[in-house]
Order: sequence, then C-alpha cells, then structure tokens
Amino acid sequence: MRAGLGGVMDEELKNLKAELSKHGVFTTTFEELYNWGRKNSVWPLTFGLACCAIEMIATTMARYDLARFGAEVFRASPRQADLIIVSGTVTKKMAPQVVRLYNQMPEPKYVIAMGACAISGGPFRDGYNVLKGIDRYIPVDVHIPGCPPRPEALIDAFMTLQKKIDAQQLTGEDRPRHLKEDLPSEFPVPEYGEHDLEPPNNAEVWNPLKVIQK
Amino acid sequence: MSPETANLEEIVAQVPPARGVVEPLPPVNAEGEQLLEISMGPHHPSTHGVFRMNVVLEGEQVVRLKPVFGYLHRNHEKIAENAAYLAAIPYTDRLDYLCSMTNNWGYALAVEKLAGIGVPERAEYIRVIVAELTRLQNHASLIGFLMQDMGMSGTPLMYAFREREKILDLFESLSGARMMCNYMRFGGVRVDTSAEWLRQVRELNGEFPRFLDEFESLLAGNEILMGRAQGVGVLSPELAVSSGASGPMLRASGVNYDVRKVDGYGVYDRFSFRVPLGDHGDVYDRYMMRVLEMRESVKILEQAVRDIPAGPIMDPKARLRGLRPKAGEAYGRIESPKGELGFYLISDGTGNPYRYRVRPPSLINLTVLEDMCLGRGVADVVVILGSVDIVLGEVDR
Ligand code: SF4
Repeated sequence: MRAGLGGVMDEELKNLKAELSKHGVFTTTFEELYNWGRKNSVWPLTFGLACCAIEMIATTMARYDLARFGAEVFRASPRQADLIIVSGTVTKKMAPQVVRLYNQMPEPKYVIAMGACAISGGPFRDGYNVLKGIDRYIPVDVHIPGCPPRPEALIDAFMTLQKKIDAQQLTGEDRPRHLKEDLPSEFPVPEYGEHDLEPPNNAEVWNPLKVIQK
Repeated sequence: MSPETANLEEIVAQVPPARGVVEPLPPVNAEGEQLLEISMGPHHPSTHGVFRMNVVLEGEQVVRLKPVFGYLHRNHEKIAENAAYLAAIPYTDRLDYLCSMTNNWGYALAVEKLAGIGVPERAEYIRVIVAELTRLQNHASLIGFLMQDMGMSGTPLMYAFREREKILDLFESLSGARMMCNYMRFGGVRVDTSAEWLRQVRELNGEFPRFLDEFESLLAGNEILMGRAQGVGVLSPELAVSSGASGPMLRASGVNYDVRKVDGYGVYDRFSFRVPLGDHGDVYDRYMMRVLEMRESVKILEQAVRDIPAGPIMDPKARLRGLRPKAGEAYGRIESPKGELGFYLISDGTGNPYRYRVRPPSLINLTVLEDMCLGRGVADVVVILGSVDIVLGEVDR
C-alpha cells in the first residue's frame, strides 16, 4: 500500500520497480492492480437525454470507438452501471429520475456532465422548465463543455475520469467517497414542487462558484 | 375594491371548478379482472430519448397505451418569442437534433414569408443539397435504431453511422459544426460552398447507392426483420389522414402526400424524383419507405449538384439583425425527414415574434401510437415506436 510512504520513498519505489521490470520481474501493489482493473472496465449507463446523446452514440460507433477504453458495454440497468453520462438538457420533470437512477447505481459510481445543458442549462438556461446544472443534486466528476461536445471531447473526459480513478488511494484520509462508511451513497430525490423543484438544490453536493468582489 | 375587480370576481365565481387531473381508468377489464400496468420510460433503452408510455396489458396483449410527454420540454417556443428573429435559428437546430439543416429551412421559410424576403437561386440549390444530405443521414440512422430495437444488436447502426459520419464531415467543413449547423439565414445561407465541397458531395452521392445496396441486401429479406415487421403496427390510410400524420409514415399507408411535391417550395419543382408509396401501412412498409426515399434523395442530389448556378447566396435586401417584419402572420412548412415541419409566426411589428409555434411532425405522428399498438405485445410496441421515428427534442420542444 502506498499509504505512509513519503514522496522520496515513492520516487525510490518507482526506480526500483523500473529496475526490476528490466529483469523480467513485475511488481505491483494491490491498489494499483485494483485501480487498473477498475479504470479499464467502466460500464456506462445507456442513458440519453437530448442532442448530446446522439454524440455519445457516435462516440461508441466505429469511428471514435469508445471500446478502446473498455467502455463499450453500455448497460441499460443502473444496477450494472458504473458511470452515468448526463448527456443533455435536464428538465425539472426529468431531474428526479436522474437522481433516482444515480441512487440506484452501485458504488463506486461516477458522473460525467456532458454538454452545456448538463453543466448549467446551456442555451435553454432561460427556460422555466430547465434545471440549471445537474451538479445541484449529484456530485459530478468530469464536466465537458460544448453544445454538443465533439466525440473527441467525450473521449477526453473519459480519459480524465480514468486518470482520476487511477489516482484514488484506497486507504487514508484521501480515500474516495465510496470507501468512507459515514458518507452517503444516495442523495435525496427532489420533488416536482409548485414553482420549482423542492429543494432547489442539495447543499451537501452543490458548491456554486463564488463571486469575490474586490 | 374597484368596480372592475368586483366584476372580475363575479366572472371567476361563475367559472366551473377545474376538472383537475383526469383520473386514468382503473386497471381492470370488463369482467373486473386485474390488468397489468407497465410504465415504460422515461429511462428505457428503446424509447429514443426520455419518452414514457403507460402500457396496460391483458395477458400479453396491449389493451391501453398512454404516452406521457414533457420530460424534455425545453421551452423552445417561449424562448424564441423573447428573442430576435435571428436568435431563434440556433434553437431550431436543437428541435430535431438529427436534422438541424431542415429545421433551419422551415424557420427561414416562415420568416421569409412573413417579411417578404426573396432567396437567390444558388442559395436555393444549396438548401436542397444540405436538406437531402440531412434526409440521407436521418433515414440511415433511423433504420439502424429500428434494427437495434428489433434485437439485431448494434451492427446495422454501425453501418448507418459510418455513412452518417461522412455526411457530418461535409456539414462540418461547410458550417463549422457537425450537428448544430446553424447554417441557413432568412434570405439565403450563411457561407458559400466551394467547388471542392461540391465535388465531395458528388463523390459521396456516387458511392451512396453502394451502401444502400449493401444495407438492403443485408436487411430487406432478413428473417428477423420480416418476422418482426410485416403486419405489425398497421395504420390505415383513413386514420393516418384524419390524425394528421405526415411524412414517410403517411406515405407508408399509401397516401400520396409529399410537401416537396404539393408545395414545390424552394426549387423542388425543378427536380424529377418520385414519391414512394407503401401498401400495407405496417412497420415493414415504413422501413421500406425510408430506403426508397434515400434512393430518391440520391437522385435529387445528383441533379442539384449538376445544375447549381453561380451567383450570390444572400438576398441583398434581407436584414438579419434588427429585422422588424410588418404585423401579420405566416406559416412556412417543409418536408423534413420526419414529416411536415411547420413554423407559424405572428408578428406585431416588433423585433421578436408575438407568437412562435412549431408544428412538430414527430409529435403528431405519435398521436396514433395507441391505435397501432392495440392487441400487440410489448416487444412490438418498441418496434412500432421505433418505426414512427421520433426525436424527443421535437416532440416536447
Ligand atoms: S448542450 Fe447543446 S447539444 Fe447538448 S443537450 Fe444541450 S442544447 Fe443539446
């Protein structure tokens, strides 16, 4: 395990491993092996919301071929999925279902917010029925701007997510959310209220940009 | 209390109380036996987006089907009513997000009628070219999705998207965007095509029949397709006409109605092409309609690329920014790949429309869904829905 080893030790360990691999000895840690396996078999949920979903489909097709990253198995059931790609406009009618789907996914789970709409409401931000960003209700790991983002952008987001998974430490204070027993893996589902969703955001996960005035 | 308010309260008192939500029928049959209710969607791999159906089954058979809309209601119309005429064009891209070019055209046509703007010849030809390319890629991907719904996995879709990517490349080099082209303007188009671009269109068009042959030899006589599609979801011509269905769905039932022929908008009256008609109005005919229409589109493209004249691409009198049409109304309609796409605009003389209404072909084609599904199994419902060709961005707007 990497925990407890200082930066210098890390460096030495790396050199040692490189040296050993020259002699045909392969060494690894449990954490590395575990993360390597996880990052190369992220199964996304078959879940399309709007225009961005078409680009998501295009990404899985022959030209862009998301299968190269171990993510070709789109699962229709949230119980079998590791990643939810929120691809498109989330309306106030749809937001409760998105949160519910997220809740139904088993840990560890990840979220990519694809497109301007999923991030902030995008071009439809002024609409009365449009949620202004899915990160009000569920924690988002990677945001991809664009309207729609190109398939290359989705692949880039996917690689970013893989790097993120690879860097997760399994022990210690920095361990990811799903390994901290006291943190929730489900979030309250908003209700379709009279004027807006109730509550309008989940303070636990939402941290809006703060405007600092000089 | 002023007299006006008193009067208002009296009037309000006379209005019968709102009926509220219409209670659905209880899920029992005539004998009082319990029926099975299934809610399909909004998260369902075969509903083509966030569409939901409440299906009531007796045994295996569908006895009731109620579509539930609104999961993608993005307030398109209200946003456009608060924006300048020009600013609504990017929003039309996102209506039917597979066919941004034809959506642009429908809107541009309505504004041109409203404001009395002409369109130069060359621009008309370019519009025909991009619209037919759009039709090709829409129909190809639709067939792919339909086959996926039938359980053929993703292979036909892979074939379709291979061709679609080529067309999107053309769109990208022309307009700068793959999907949301934002290309047409009232009075013409935004940028001119180069000779090289036209050559590429000609090349793609020359190769496209090969793809169609390949596709057809794989699918037309395919056991799965015939078994799942023939005689399924029959729509009678009478019902198709009285429900207002349009596009390939209407023509699959044998009704000869194509806005390109009826209106001859743009320069469509100059091309020779045929309108394929179906015989049975089932899913198989609807599939066949798409294949045959693609062949006709290839013919139109051939003629358009050959005949395209030189000249300007924008009407010099057209004002894009600060357009203030005279008070009045206009309805512009085109044959989009999904059916008759119309835009209805009312102007009150200001810089933004007083009323902006879209006639979405997918929504209106969906209204007969229940009639087509009655008596079939749930697996057929998925296929029938797939053959209607809906895009939720347009259904819910
Ligand atoms: S970001 Fe743009 S392309 Fe994506 S769903 Fe929103 S409007 Fe559509």
